[in-house]
Amino acid sequence: MAESKTLRQELTKGFLSENPVLRLVLGTCPTLAISTSVTGSLGMGISVTIVLIGSNIVISALRKIIPDKVRIPAYIIIIASFVSIVQMLVKAYAPAIDKQLGIYLPLIVVNCIILGRAEAFAGKNSVLASAVDGIGMGIGFTAAILTMSIIRELLGAGTLAGVTIFPASITPMAIFILPPGGFFVYGIMMAVANRIAEKKGMPKAGLNGCDLCPMAGSCTLLTNERTVNCDKGGVTAS
Amino acid sequence: MKMFMVIIFTGILTENFVLAKFLGICPFLGVSQKLHTAMGMSAAVIFVMVLATAVTYPINQALLVKYHLEYLQVIVFILVIAALVQLVEIILKRYIKPLYKSLGIYLPLITTNCAVLGVVFLNLSKSFSYTQSLVNSFGAGVGFMLAMFMFAGVRGRMENCDIPKFMQGLPITLIAASLVSVSFLGFGGVVEGIFK
Repeated sequence: MAESKTLRQELTKGFLSENPVLRLVLGTCPTLAISTSVTGSLGMGISVTIVLIGSNIVISALRKIIPDKVRIPAYIIIIASFVSIVQMLVKAYAPAIDKQLGIYLPLIVVNCIILGRAEAFAGKNSVLASAVDGIGMGIGFTAAILTMSIIRELLGAGTLAGVTIFPASITPMAIFILPPGGFFVYGIMMAVANRIAEKKGMPKAGLNGCDLCPMAGSCTLLTNERTVNCDKGGVTAS
Repeated sequence: MKMFMVIIFTGILTENFVLAKFLGICPFLGVSQKLHTAMGMSAAVIFVMVLATAVTYPINQALLVKYHLEYLQVIVFILVIAALVQLVEIILKRYIKPLYKSLGIYLPLITTNCAVLGVVFLNLSKSFSYTQSLVNSFGAGVGFMLAMFMFAGVRGRMENCDIPKFMQGLPITLIAASLVSVSFLGFGGVVEGIFK
């Protein structure tokens, strides 16, 4: 795979064609929850990128040692270690961000972007390609969550990263920083991404197929319901 | 007793796991197409949430806090939950066949569900007691179930609608979720009001 695709392609695919948030529909929970503020989103984006690069490198380096049957638990331990490291770093050097991210910081461990990339890419490709894939996916995630937070914070609070943008005479639409605004902005952004992708002749985003589902390997829907469910975009792990 | 009611109803209505805390979005979007699968998934989530809390809370208190190993929480919790889910699956498969058939297939998918790990961390961050944690996990699970049920109904209605092409699929689903979420905003303050 590394021969047929150049490293540049591995890097840039995370931005649009395989953007984890808008195209692969991974990591929805932190995207929706944290995108209320620009600073929090940046913190989340950077944390996820660090974990993604680290776990991708280690997993691809160990891919020939880890037995196939226990690969998911092994991946989870590697990811959890990196999440703990990042959590300690954030707590020590950016306590304000730690407060903002709250329980969503340790929850990076179950963020399906990371396990998804481990299963779909790092477990099959060379260390260098996996590292580049991690960087690309991390940047793609950060870009998506940052764009969303800019829209939500600007419309919902009239500020950007805490700095007031709109004059006081304009009342901000608070609904955008409330939970419904998250779903709404995400839906609209995904529709826009679909439109752009359609023009470029790429398939529509969706929970389509089991390839992207990190739990596909141990999925017991395989036997009866899986074909029915997954073809319609039925079952995905979180 | 009143406090437990407050915790349960807060988990179900005002701080609904899916619609207000954004935990467990993947199954919410993925499995809510049919009422039947939505029910199986939610039942499995409630079960695993309560079980995970029941097991991780003592481990945290007796081992991690006692020996000042709190920094290992992430690793220990995810491992315990994963092992627990596997164990439950094996036991169900061996001894309680009918339950395995209705719940078992959803269990492996729940291991990496952020709702389960989320409720464990949430209980910690709110420094609940053991009973309070269990009650909160149950309430959160029921909240998840309610959201799944309501949304399965909404999606059923959407199937026959004429939706613009680029909005079809997930975008319109997310916007529908946004509207369901708006309705839950209306519950703000209700719980405190009832049980004052």
